[in-house]
Amino acid sequence: MAARERPMGAPRRGTFVPRAQVMDGEDVRRAVWRMAHEIVEAEKGLGGVVLVGLQTGGVPLADKLAAALREIEGVDVPVGSLDVAFYRDDIGIRPVIPEAPSDIPWDLTGRSVVLVDDVLFTGRTVRAALNALADHGRARAVRLAVMVDRGHRELPIRPDFVGKNLPTRLDELVDVSESGVAIGELVAVEEAG
Amino acid sequence: MSTTHLRSIAELGREGIVEVLRVTDSMVEVSGREIPKVPALRGRTVVSLFYEDSTRTRLSFETAAKRLSADTMTFSVGSSSVKKGESLRDTVLTIEAMGIDAVVVRHSSSGVPWQLSQWLRPGVSVINAGDGWHEHPTQALLDAYTISKEHKAGTLEGLRVAIVGDIKHSRVARSDVACFTMLGAEVTLVAPPTLLPPSLEGWPVRVSHDLDEVLHDLDVCYLLRMQNERMSEALVPSMREYTSLYGLTARRADRLGEGCIVMHPGPMNRGVEIAPEVADLPNAVITQQVANGVAVRMAVLFHLLAGEVADA
Repeated sequence: MAARERPMGAPRRGTFVPRAQVMDGEDVRRAVWRMAHEIVEAEKGLGGVVLVGLQTGGVPLADKLAAALREIEGVDVPVGSLDVAFYRDDIGIRPVIPEAPSDIPWDLTGRSVVLVDDVLFTGRTVRAALNALADHGRARAVRLAVMVDRGHRELPIRPDFVGKNLPTRLDELVDVSESGVAIGELVAVEEAG
Repeated sequence: MSTTHLRSIAELGREGIVEVLRVTDSMVEVSGREIPKVPALRGRTVVSLFYEDSTRTRLSFETAAKRLSADTMTFSVGSSSVKKGESLRDTVLTIEAMGIDAVVVRHSSSGVPWQLSQWLRPGVSVINAGDGWHEHPTQALLDAYTISKEHKAGTLEGLRVAIVGDIKHSRVARSDVACFTMLGAEVTLVAPPTLLPPSLEGWPVRVSHDLDEVLHDLDVCYLLRMQNERMSEALVPSMREYTSLYGLTARRADRLGEGCIVMHPGPMNRGVEIAPEVADLPNAVITQQVANGVAVRMAVLFHLLAGEVADA
């Protein structure tokens, strides 16, 4: 479970306990396929398009989108990854832990960037990502692709390509994996000590 | 649980070391960008308080802080009220009153970082940049990072490391021994008896007085600087004799084990502990150590100042 998916407030340790399966692996595959088509349509082809997956949940999804785009258009779209830890607005409020070095080995100036993440929630991760991207050049456009939009935005940010709109309660968690999408709760575990 | 200070390697612990070295990879990525700066520590102030001369450590800390967008203040003894007789405590409390988040301190007396952390309000991190003969933890971290990147093993686990030279006066040696052994390396100290500390009880190391005997069996050969400024008595008969017995000469460098890397904390006395041509060999990673210093110190600052949850 990505750190940024933790509910607001004091950081809690716990395990994700799924309550309901919302999408299965096949549903996710079909959603990726549809989103890839939407990207091709919106961008009128894939010239200048790069995918940037957000650490950690967006990285495998970006790879899947790239594979789908290759099948559809026969084009290899460059795929990068971005860790927004150093750009977050909650440094010092919650523990912020860098996941992995960012990998964007190109100047983004003039390119069309599709940011990819698993879950869109408050929008703060995306805000941080937009600032981070600006350090890699002036992109022609930045779009946002997410597998799940769970609502509860705190910033004026909206996705361009969505796998599923999923209304949630604030205290719920959404888990996106290879095998599908589940909704559930974080159950606190007794800490030794 | 988590540390707010980095005064010694033991304080960071194995888990902390591994975390700092992991985050260093991200800092290397940031440092390699066209604009090597991220906003992570915006609004934080880092003070460097150096009671001893330093070029690389001070500049490296200040560069690290700036790349993370922290504000920096530099205090150098030469141009300060210390000359008018101000005590260390008063100096520190004056600086604290200006509103700071971390103090990077170097002092000729061992234990000064601990003293500072008692005087400062909780929440101000103290980072040891060298205290007397005692510790220099960020040097050990950048050394460990350099070994993990430059040695083909990619890890310190099981590597045979020799630390050669003036162990007695070396804070680098003390921090390196703690750090390397925590990460699973086998450390041998190589020095004449006069340059070893009076007691090595509790040090998880082997000791040898013969460099030629250990050379062929090494993965890392770490040479220390002969610290003439700290020697109050003649501990070696002459520098020439020291070089002939413990210096890494070209002939000895030839006999190093396959894949062995050569390290030195700097500044080097070329021709004393290391032959001039050996320092420039491809397996000498001395400039990589300096380059990694900035990224490791960025990781340390981030670990101490951002990893912590501020008490409201």
